[in-house]
Amino acid sequence: MNAKRAIANLALTEKEAIVKKLPVTLAALGLIACSGFALAAPEGDAERGAASAAVCSACHQADGSGMNIAGGESWPRLAGLDANYIAKQLHDYKSGSRVNASMMPFANMLNDQQIADVAAHYASLPATEGKGGESADEATLKRGKQLAERGDWSNYIVSCKSCHGPDNQGAGDAFPGIAGQHAGYIKAQLTAWKAGNRRNDPQDLMGTIARRMSDDDIHAVAVWLAIQNPTAN
Amino acid sequence: MIRKFTYAALSGTLLFSVNATAVDDRTQQYIDTLVELGYSAPEENELVHIPPSMEDLEEAELHPELKRVIRRGYDLFTNTQQLRGENVFNNMNCSSCHLGEGRMPFSAPIWPAAVTLPNFRGKNAHVNNLEERISGCFTYSMNGMPPEYGSDNMLALTAYHQWLATGVPVYPKQPIYGRGFPPPERPEELSYTRGEAAFQENCSVCHADDGAGLRVGDQTVFPATWGDMSNNWGAGIVRVFTAAGFIKNNMPLGQPNSLSDQEAWDIAYYMSSQERPQDPRYTGDVKETLEQTGPTFHKHSRYGQIRETDGHVLGDHSNLGDKTFLKPDTVRPRTFE
Ligand code: HEC
Ligand code: HEC
Ligand code: HEC
Ligand code: HEC
Repeated sequence: MNAKRAIANLALTEKEAIVKKLPVTLAALGLIACSGFALAAPEGDAERGAASAAVCSACHQADGSGMNIAGGESWPRLAGLDANYIAKQLHDYKSGSRVNASMMPFANMLNDQQIADVAAHYASLPATEGKGGESADEATLKRGKQLAERGDWSNYIVSCKSCHGPDNQGAGDAFPGIAGQHAGYIKAQLTAWKAGNRRNDPQDLMGTIARRMSDDDIHAVAVWLAIQNPTAN
Repeated sequence: MIRKFTYAALSGTLLFSVNATAVDDRTQQYIDTLVELGYSAPEENELVHIPPSMEDLEEAELHPELKRVIRRGYDLFTNTQQLRGENVFNNMNCSSCHLGEGRMPFSAPIWPAAVTLPNFRGKNAHVNNLEERISGCFTYSMNGMPPEYGSDNMLALTAYHQWLATGVPVYPKQPIYGRGFPPPERPEELSYTRGEAAFQENCSVCHADDGAGLRVGDQTVFPATWGDMSNNWGAGIVRVFTAAGFIKNNMPLGQPNSLSDQEAWDIAYYMSSQERPQDPRYTGDVKETLEQTGPTFHKHSRYGQIRETDGHVLGDHSNLGDKTFLKPDTVRPRTFE
């Protein structure tokens, strides 16, 4: 994934900076599956992906907006998420490193090429609004905003935005946009991390934070994020 | 396993007697949380201060205009990129190194400067005040040009620093708990190649293999750990022990104290073996600069030394990053004569 990063202002380090030690990286990262896939990933085709995604729209909807289901299992918005992030999740469901009974059979249907294609398809759709935060009270929203933008260092809860990027709209391909995601889904994921049921994040980065959050904090940040803009402008 | 110490406990704006035997609940909880995160508990008689938060500011009984200026200082501290091209010429915010908005212990909390200065500083061998200390981080860590002494921005920044020190006595006699980036014990041997592998394993997901970090639009998400967009060779964090202390206590983000001492030092050694913009104290010759700054500073960094992997002499260049000047004119001796 780093190979893709813009290498800005290299004048200074030109000589040595691009000496990429890929084999070392791969061996060192206990993430051979992930990195290996990132390197070998087939080019995605959004148009072909639209066809493969027909079966997905039962839950994720044709426009990729998903659905917030109060009291049930929410379907995440996929529209506008980073293509590499989407592809990683599908590979993780397939390999069993991310576990979900509703989603697994659908991920299993897809081969590597189809994964790249549906990922490109959903990434190309305009992001839609998140639901589930409409009726939250002011105090809850205030706490949610604080956690998302500034964190709570008294419990070493680092702000969400320090990884999920400006306005929590995503940073690179490892840190997905979470602004404008459905509250029910955000809550379910944080709860899963806290309980140890989701552990496919690199280096336990997300799990470490989630385990420090109270259920109230999880609720607060989920409802606040849900009503934020998923994309700039 | 928290031993009850006699702390010089300063909780928020409340000053407890230095000899108080009981630590108040809030301070005890604060210490417990830090100990759970792997930090050492305060030594007996260390000064423990819980700096106020921005929420406390809203409640504080201060002139509304002062609150506004403190908020401005906070905003400059956490989003220093708004001064890009004027005072800041790399991708850093002050909070890129001073985590938790400058309040976290073991992440060089900034409030001690407000109660220990003016004082003599070995780095520039004269008495510095708070403005000059802040200017130091602008000059080196931000590879920049400090806001003018007495300017609105400088005053706002100092107001934020000083307000964080609310309740602490000036020139405290006790050592300050969690000040600076205290390094773990130095292992016998440091290794570039081990450091490189550990960096790629633990750090690259955010800072990238080439240390360039990540920006989204005009905002820094992950600051550059070396290269043109990082701090220059004169910044405190290029000292291997300071970097090791920073890393052990603060990185990977959200996971303090998760690396072994050996890993933290190896990574620090590896990071200090990469190029970055020239030290503003550069005389035009790396050897000469090293002679002048070595005893007080560069004896702890890799500046002017040969990198074992390729024979490159570190710092032997005149690259200034995005700046067009070598040093701001605030970098000058003071004689008080
Ligand atoms: C029966 C409903 C259902 C169908 C059909 C379905 N999904 Fe899902 N999908 C879900 C649920 C529920 C989740 C959240 C699961 C969890 O908690 O891990 C999810 C999660 C995902 C995620 C992870 C999103 C994220 O932000 O991490 C991706 C990607 C995804 N689905 C893609 C697809 C694709 C592609 C298809 C069609 C091939 C599909 N889904 C079909 C219900 C469904
Ligand atoms: C230290 C970095 C870090 C911080 C801080 C962080 N996250 Fe994350 N988060 C991640 C990573 C990495 C992932 C992607 C995991 C993966 O690849 O499966 C993630 C994923 C998520 C997801 C799942 C998104 C999806 O589409 O499935 C949610 C929800 C989330 N984070 C919420 C939060 C919230 C809320 C906060 C603040 C309280 C936060 N995160 C803070 C690193 C972080
Ligand atoms: C690249 C990392 C970095 C950045 C960015 C940075 N600093 Fe620092 N700062 C340090 C280091 C290293 C020290 C010295 C810590 C020690 O004493 O070991 C320090 C010390 C300080 C101190 C003195 C603290 C004390 O205990 O007396 C103050 C005040 C300070 N910085 C303010 C700032 C301000 C204001 C900014 C933004 C303009 C800033 N710093 C940006 C690394 C940084
Ligand atoms: C999850 C992302 C993440 C990981 C992993 C991570 N960092 Fe950082 N790092 C950050 C962020 C974000 C900051 C700036 C803090 C802020 O803005 O809140 C930072 C700041 C720094 C700084 C000070 C500023 C600079 O760029 O010089 C150094 C040095 C650093 N990290 C080194 C490391 C090292 C070494 C590792 C691996 C042991 C590491 N980081 C792992 C996110 C990360």
